[in-house]
Amino acid sequence: MIEVENLTKDYGARLGIDGLTFSAEKGELLGFLGPNGAGKTTTMRILTCFFPATSGRATVAGFDCFEDSLEVRKRLGYMPESVPLYKDMEVGEYLSFVAGAKGVEAKDVKKSVDRVIGDCGLSEYPKSMISELSKGYRQRVGLAQALVNDPEILILDEPTNGLDPRQIREIRKLITELAGQRTMILSSHILPEVSKVCKKIVIIDKGKLVAVDTPDNLVSNVHGATKMFLRIDGPAKGVTAELGKIKGVSKVEPDDSAPDAFIVSIKKGADIKQDIPPVVVNNNWNLLEMRAIQASLEDVFIHLVTKEDA
Amino acid sequence: MFRNIGLIYKKEIKSYFKSYIAYVVIAVFMVITGFMFNDVVVKFSMLSFKAQGNPMLAKQYNLLNVTETVVRPMFGQISMIMLLMMPMLTMKLLADEKKSGTMELILTYPIRDAEVVMGKYLAGLTVFAAMLFSTVTYPLLLIALGEPEIVPMITGYFGLFLMGAAFVSLGLFASSVTENQIIAASLALGMLFLFYLMSMSAAYVSPGIGRIVSYLSINDHFFSMAKGVVDTEDIIYYLSFVVFFLFLTMRSIESHRWRG
Ligand SMILES: Nc1ncnc2c1ncn2[C@@H]1O[C@H](COP(=O)(O)OP(=O)(O)O)[C@@H](O)[C@H]1O
Ligand SMILES: [Mg+2]
Repeated sequence: MIEVENLTKDYGARLGIDGLTFSAEKGELLGFLGPNGAGKTTTMRILTCFFPATSGRATVAGFDCFEDSLEVRKRLGYMPESVPLYKDMEVGEYLSFVAGAKGVEAKDVKKSVDRVIGDCGLSEYPKSMISELSKGYRQRVGLAQALVNDPEILILDEPTNGLDPRQIREIRKLITELAGQRTMILSSHILPEVSKVCKKIVIIDKGKLVAVDTPDNLVSNVHGATKMFLRIDGPAKGVTAELGKIKGVSKVEPDDSAPDAFIVSIKKGADIKQDIPPVVVNNNWNLLEMRAIQASLEDVFIHLVTKEDA
Repeated sequence: MFRNIGLIYKKEIKSYFKSYIAYVVIAVFMVITGFMFNDVVVKFSMLSFKAQGNPMLAKQYNLLNVTETVVRPMFGQISMIMLLMMPMLTMKLLADEKKSGTMELILTYPIRDAEVVMGKYLAGLTVFAAMLFSTVTYPLLLIALGEPEIVPMITGYFGLFLMGAAFVSLGLFASSVTENQIIAASLALGMLFLFYLMSMSAAYVSPGIGRIVSYLSINDHFFSMAKGVVDTEDIIYYLSFVVFFLFLTMRSIESHRWRG
């Protein structure tokens, strides 16, 4: 549905993106993750036909973003990062304008506008001036304008940026509900934003692709060693020494969360779950807690991005 | 095609009136032109009064011809005030969209750049037409009170409209090169003056160049129309002027796209 091939954007002074390649299938929710300045907005602007790439190809729904830009734009819903709106218009008036501009037939405009007003939780505000809405509600209007032509493809650039935690939760929920059968690209520089909504994540940094995978695979592939969290009632020194002797354990450290807490790093592929209880029992200690620690996507992200730097 | 132009047009017209820009600019225009009209009429009646005692004076200078003494100066003044007010009418048309970022959205809707430009141009032209129409009371007063020639008045207004149409296209272009409205207005004013003053400088250069300069001058083409003569050459000049600046505007939007 969306294909990006070796895409490069040269701003003159620097490269906005540098040889990006990725794709999204029909109906896929793609998370587009990268620190500020990574090139997310640049990529999205090429996909939405705002500007052409310097080299490479971008196709949306089978149409080239440069050659067949009008065809692409007909199928698109886009919410730019800054959510630009006409502040001197009323919500309903604005959405009718957008519907017309996006080619919704005149007889269907009212229906489409009513639908997105309902869907985006704006039913109380159709007559409000956009300038009088709160940031969270402007975000909803931004989403509504993206959705008003019932687009196959939805491109949202950092849709929760600058909102407070409650608004973030509301907008995220709305996005998940409204994504429906659409193909969607959602960018963010904050990981939970995309890992909660998207099945597939593309990570970019400094304009280059760093990783493409599911959130789960990213976690398990990237970290060579997994870790376990243990709480054992016993002398700290002894526990550290005895656990260190178990085959497959690479490191044992006390954890700050409690005096009897330890973090055990495990070599890749090893399984030590069965080996720990006997050691504890043989030494007459008590095993209070034992669980595997999942590397968070946050770790993965930092790991991937800092690796690039090195 | 026409639907898209219509959509943009409607949005701009609404915004002109909702933001009071249209009301304020038209009102100020009326006040200034009204004051100047009053001034020429008073001068005219004083001359007529003097001429009653000295008929030779009137004959000599052809001063008692209303068309010469009132109508032509009136058109000259209206065109000057138009030049001063027009940049304020056009400055926001594109600069504002660039500043607020709405340009990015509108350029990703399935609308052609040319449709955006046409919609905005026609909106500016409409408000200008309303502004020009607001001065129609002055010639009507003259007709009611005196016996001016009607034809030069009609062709003069036609000329003013064409000249204003050219002003709007230039103003729209100025608005497309910057996101700052003050810069857009200043640029437009500067360029309009350049085209306006060209006719004066024509006298100082060699006759060959002088012909070109005076051809390019935006007001030379208006003079004969104010006298009642409509020449296709003048109409073609104004139309090409408009087309040229609308074309430049589209180029400017395109380069805005490329730069991002
Ligand atoms: N219009 C522009 N002109 C020049 N450089 C730009 C422009 N837009 C973005 N950049 C640069 O391109 C890089 C990528 O920017 P951007 O795509 O906005 O990143 P992101 O959206 O991931 O934060 C940054 O280094 C940025 O400074
Ligand atoms: Mg960005």
